[in-house]
Amino acid sequence: MSLNEIGSMVAMQGFSGLSLFTVLLLMALGLAIIFGQMGVINMAHGEFMAIGAYVVYLFSQLTQNFAPGMREVYFVPAVVAAFFVAAAVGYLVEVLLIRRLYKRPLDTLLATWGLSLAMQQFFRTFINPKEVSAELPEWLLGAFNPTPSIQVPRNGIFVMGLTILVTVGVYLLMLKSRWGIRIRATTQNRIMSSAVGINTDRVDRFTFALGCGIAGLAGAAFTTIGSTGPTSGSLYIVDTFLVVVFGGAANLIGTIASAFSIAQAQSLLEFFLTSAMAKVLTLLTIIIILMIRPQGLFTTKVRT
Amino acid sequence: MNLLTKKISKNDLIGVIVLAAIILVLFPAVFSIFRLNLIGKYLTYAFVGVSLVLLWGNGGILSLGQGVFFGLGGYCMAMFLKLEASDPISTKIQTTPGIPDFMDWNQITRLPLFWMPFKSLTFTILAIILVPAFFSFIIGVAMFKRRVGGVYFAIITQAVALILSVLIVGQQGLTGGINGITDLKTMHGWDIRSDSAKYILYYVNGALLIGCVILTRWVLSTKFGMLLLALREKEDRVRFSGYDVANFKTLAFCLSAVMCAIGGAMFTLQVGFMSPSFVGITPSIEMVIYTAVGGRMSVIGAVFGTLLVNFAKTFFSEQYPDLWLFLMGGTFIGVVMLFPDGLAGLYERYGKPFVARVASKKKSEPTVAVAAALESGGKHG
Amino acid sequence: MQSVFSNRGRGYRGALSLVLPGAFLCAALSIGACNKSSSASTTTDSSAKAEKAAAPTPTERSTEASGAAVLLPPGLEKSTIKAADYPTAKIMTTGLKVDDDSVTVGILHSTTGTMAISETGSVQAEKLAIAQINALGGILGRQIKVIQEDGASDWPTFAEKARKLLVNDKVAAVMGCWTSASRKAVLPVFEKENGLLYYPTFYEGLEQSKNVFYTGQEATQQILASLDWVNKEKGAKSFYLIGSDYIWPRTSMKIARKHIENVLKGTVVGEEFAPLGNTQFGSIINKIKLKKPDVIFAAVVGGSNVAWFKQLNAAGVTAATQTLLTISVTEDEVLGIGGENLTGFFSSMKYFQSLDNPNNKSFVEAFKKMWGEKSVIGDVTQAGYLGPWIWKAAVEKAGSFDVDKVVAASPEIEIKIAPEGYVKVHANHHLWSKARIGKAKPDGQWEVVHESDLIEPNPFPKGYQ
Repeated sequence: MSLNEIGSMVAMQGFSGLSLFTVLLLMALGLAIIFGQMGVINMAHGEFMAIGAYVVYLFSQLTQNFAPGMREVYFVPAVVAAFFVAAAVGYLVEVLLIRRLYKRPLDTLLATWGLSLAMQQFFRTFINPKEVSAELPEWLLGAFNPTPSIQVPRNGIFVMGLTILVTVGVYLLMLKSRWGIRIRATTQNRIMSSAVGINTDRVDRFTFALGCGIAGLAGAAFTTIGSTGPTSGSLYIVDTFLVVVFGGAANLIGTIASAFSIAQAQSLLEFFLTSAMAKVLTLLTIIIILMIRPQGLFTTKVRT
Repeated sequence: MNLLTKKISKNDLIGVIVLAAIILVLFPAVFSIFRLNLIGKYLTYAFVGVSLVLLWGNGGILSLGQGVFFGLGGYCMAMFLKLEASDPISTKIQTTPGIPDFMDWNQITRLPLFWMPFKSLTFTILAIILVPAFFSFIIGVAMFKRRVGGVYFAIITQAVALILSVLIVGQQGLTGGINGITDLKTMHGWDIRSDSAKYILYYVNGALLIGCVILTRWVLSTKFGMLLLALREKEDRVRFSGYDVANFKTLAFCLSAVMCAIGGAMFTLQVGFMSPSFVGITPSIEMVIYTAVGGRMSVIGAVFGTLLVNFAKTFFSEQYPDLWLFLMGGTFIGVVMLFPDGLAGLYERYGKPFVARVASKKKSEPTVAVAAALESGGKHG
Repeated sequence: MQSVFSNRGRGYRGALSLVLPGAFLCAALSIGACNKSSSASTTTDSSAKAEKAAAPTPTERSTEASGAAVLLPPGLEKSTIKAADYPTAKIMTTGLKVDDDSVTVGILHSTTGTMAISETGSVQAEKLAIAQINALGGILGRQIKVIQEDGASDWPTFAEKARKLLVNDKVAAVMGCWTSASRKAVLPVFEKENGLLYYPTFYEGLEQSKNVFYTGQEATQQILASLDWVNKEKGAKSFYLIGSDYIWPRTSMKIARKHIENVLKGTVVGEEFAPLGNTQFGSIINKIKLKKPDVIFAAVVGGSNVAWFKQLNAAGVTAATQTLLTISVTEDEVLGIGGENLTGFFSSMKYFQSLDNPNNKSFVEAFKKMWGEKSVIGDVTQAGYLGPWIWKAAVEKAGSFDVDKVVAASPEIEIKIAPEGYVKVHANHHLWSKARIGKAKPDGQWEVVHESDLIEPNPFPKGYQ
C-alpha cells in the first residue's frame, strides 16, 4: 500500500471522525445550552431530534406527492422548519412541564423520560411505526473527489457546514447579543438577575426552546445519514449526555472540545477494533476521566 | 444506643404479614400457573424496586443503572444453568460438544476460562452475591469519594448500563450476544420448566422477596438508615458531623446491588433465559418507575408499585398496545409532578383517614385490628 | 430580532408555540393519510380477528386489509369438505382451540422496532393466505381465526408472546418470527409445549426441530449458491464479509468463510459485525475501501440497511466500481433504503416480485388488491405466504389438527401454487426451492439474472459446522 493510499485513508478516516464529531456536537450544543444554563436534564432531547428528522421527512413526502419538481430545493427550507417546529414544541414543554420542576433535577430526569416515551409512541401512532427516510436531493448524494483517491461524502460536508453555522450562531447569541447577556446572567446568579429586572422565566423558556430547536437541526442533519424511526432519538442520548458532562456544562468551548475528542477517539478505535469494543472503550475512558475530574474538561463557575 | 436497638414496630410487622399473605397465599390460589409465572417475574423486578427504596427514596442516590446488577445476577445464574444444559450428550450435533450452543455458532472450540467456575452451584450463588457487590463497590468508591452525586451520578450509571449492554451484545461468543443465554433446562437435575418447579420457584422467590423487604425495613430502622435520610437532605451537615459520607453511600449502593442481583437470578430461574435487554438503560429506568409509583419511601409500596405497573403493562400491551406507552409516559410525568409519594403516599393521605373513620364508627375489636393492619401496611412500608 | 422578543412580541411567541406544533400534527396526520390511502383501513375481512383495539388505529393500517373480496390463486376450487364430516372430537385431541366452525392460529411478528420494516410483509402475506383459504371454504370445513401478537423486535417479548399463544390461547399453529434470534428465543417454548411454528425467513441452517417448518431457504440454498455464482460470473476471489451482530449473520459468515476458503480457494480479506440498529458505518466503509475486495458480501439486517447503503453511496461506493452481494435485502428493505442507493447491487433470494410465472402474477395481483397498489413483496413475504398453505395441506392429509399428526403428514407435500414456482416439503422440515440472483433496479424492483435448479435442503452440510 503506497504512501499516497495511506494518506488518503487517513484523510477519509479523519473525515468520518469529523462527521461523527459534527453529529455529536449538534446534539450536544442543544443539550449543553439547556443543561448548562438551567441544570435541567432533558431525557427527551433525542425525541426533539427525531421531531426535526420527521419534519424533514414530512417535507420530503409533501414534495414527493404534490410537487416532485421541488425535490432539489425543499431540503433547506425543511431544515429551517425543523428548527422552528422543534423549538416550538420545546417551548410548550417548558411551559407545561419543565417550569414546575426546576428545583428538582432528578425528578426532571424522570418526567422527561416519561415525555420521551410518550413522544416515541406519538411518532409510532401518527407517523409510522417503521423506519422512514427522506428522499435526499441530488446535491446531497454521493461523494466528491478532491483527489482521485479521496472521496468526501457530500452529506458530511453539508452537516459540517450546518454545524459551523449553528456553532457560530450560538456563539454570537451567547456572547454578543442582549439575550446572551440575559442568559448568562441568569445562569450565574438567578436572584440578582431577577432583581436587576431580567425576566428569568422568559429567559428559561427561550433557552429551552433554543436548545430544542438545535436538537431539531441535529435531527434534520441526521436524515442525510440514516433512517428515522420512533426510537431513533434514544440511540444517541447517552452519548450526548456524556459529551456535555465531559466537556463541562455551560461551556461552548468545552462542548466542542469534548465532542471532538470523543468522536475522533471512537472513530479511530472503530478502525482498529470492532465497533462494539470501540464504543465500550470510549465510554469507559470517559467515565474514568470523569471520575478523576468530575466537573469535566472546562468549567465555569455555575450558580443557579 | 436506643437508635441502634430500635426494633421494628408491630405495625410494620403486620404490614409485612399482609404482603406475605397476598404473595404466598392469595395469588397462587387465584391465578393459573401461566399467570402466576408472570407474577413471579414481576416479583423479581420488585427486588430492584425495594433496592431503590433504600438507595433512592432514603438515600437520595438515583441510580439509573440497576439493570446492570440485575443482569449480573441473572447472567451468573444463566451461565450455571447453561453449562448444565450443555452436557456432551445433548450437544452431540455440535462441532464441539459440551459447550453452549452459541459458542459453537461463533466458532469457539473451548470453554472460556471465566465460564469454568460456574459449573458449581456453590460458586454461582457466591458469585451472584459477590460480583455485583464488587462492581458496585468499585463504582461507589470511585464516584462517591470524588463527591459525584445527584444528576451526574445518574448519568454515569446510565453510561455504565450502556457499556455493559454493548459489551454483552458485542461479545457474542462469550455471552450469547443479543439473544442472551436461552434454552435453560435443569438445575442440578431438577427440571425448572415443569409446572411443579414453577410453583416451587414462585414460593422461593416470594420468600426471598419477603426476606429482602424485612431486611430493608430493618436496615432503614437502624442508625445507618437515619444517616441515609440525613444524607439525602443535607449531605454537607452529615459530613461536617464527622461521618464519612462516601462509605455510607457505597454501603447502600452495594446492598442495593446485591438485592438486584438476587432478583436477576430468580428471574433467570423462573423465565428460563437471560438477555441483554434487561441490562440496558430502558429497563433500568423502568425499574425506577416501579418504585416511584409505589412510593419511594415505602418498601411494601415498592412491591405493590412493581406489581401494578407490570399488570398494567401486560394488560395494555395485549389489549391496547398503542395506548400503552402514552400511559407509561404519563405515569412517569404524573408520578413526578402530581403524586411524588406514590401509592403509599396516596394511601397515607386518603386511605388511612378513611379507614380510621370506618374503624372508629364500628368500634369493635376485630375491625380495629384490621384497620391497624391496613394502616401499618402503608405507613412506613 | 429584538422586537420579536419584546413585550409586544410576547403574544407572537405564545401563538407561534401553539401554531407550529399544531401544524406539525396536522401535517403528520395528513401524510399518514397519504400513506394510508395506499392501504385502506377498514377491517371487514372475516378471517382476520382484530383482537387489539376494536377500531383500527393508524399503526394498524398496514396490517389490516381492505374490505374487498380477496383474489384467489388460479386453479383452486372451493372446498366441499363440511365440518360435520370431521367432528371436532376426532380431529383435535390435544386441547387446541378448535371448534365446529373455526380453528385459531397465531401470528407472531414485529410490527414495531427495528425489524418492523422487514416483518410487516410477512404478516400481510400470512393474512392473505388465510383469507384465501377461508374464501375457499377453510380447513376441514372450519374458518381460520387469527390472534396476532407483536414481538416488538425484542427477543424476550417473542418468547413471552409465544408462550401466551401456545399456553393461554392454545392456537393450532403459529406463523411467526423473522430473525434467527427470535426463532432461537421461541424454540424452547415450542418444543416444550409441543406447538407448531411456520418460520418464513432465509436462515443459517444448523437446526431441525420437530416443531418448526422452515419455509425459507437455509444456508446451502442461499449462501453457497450465491457465492458459487459470484465466483463463476465475476471471477471473485477476495471477499469482505459484513453483517449485523447476531446469530444469523455470524453463522452465515462462518459458513461463507469455509466455502470461500476451502471450496472456492478464495480469501476473506475482512470480517465485520455491527450491532443491530447501528447507523454509523463510516469507519467500516473506510476499512473496506482500504482492502479493495472483489466482492462485498453483506448480511446487514433490518433498519441498519438504510444507513449502510446510504453511507456506502455517500462514500462513492457504487455498483460501477464495486460488486456487492447481499443476502439480506429484499423488496421490503429497498422501500426504506431507496432504490437509487442500491442500483446494480446483487441480492440472493429464492423469490423476487418480478418473477415471471403465472402463479406469481396472480399472487402479486391478489396481494396488491388486499394491501394496496404500492405494496412490495419480498422473499420472506412470499415464504410467509406459503406457511398457511403448507399447514392446510398437512392438516387435510392428516385429517387432524393435532400437532404430532400434522408433523407426520407433512413430508412430500407439494405446493403447486407457490409464487416462486413450485416447492416441496422435505422430511427435514425444509423446502426444496431454487436460488435466484437479482440485480437491483432504481425503481426498487430486482431483475433476475440467474436461476438455479431445485436445490435439496440440507441444514447440516458436512464440513460447514
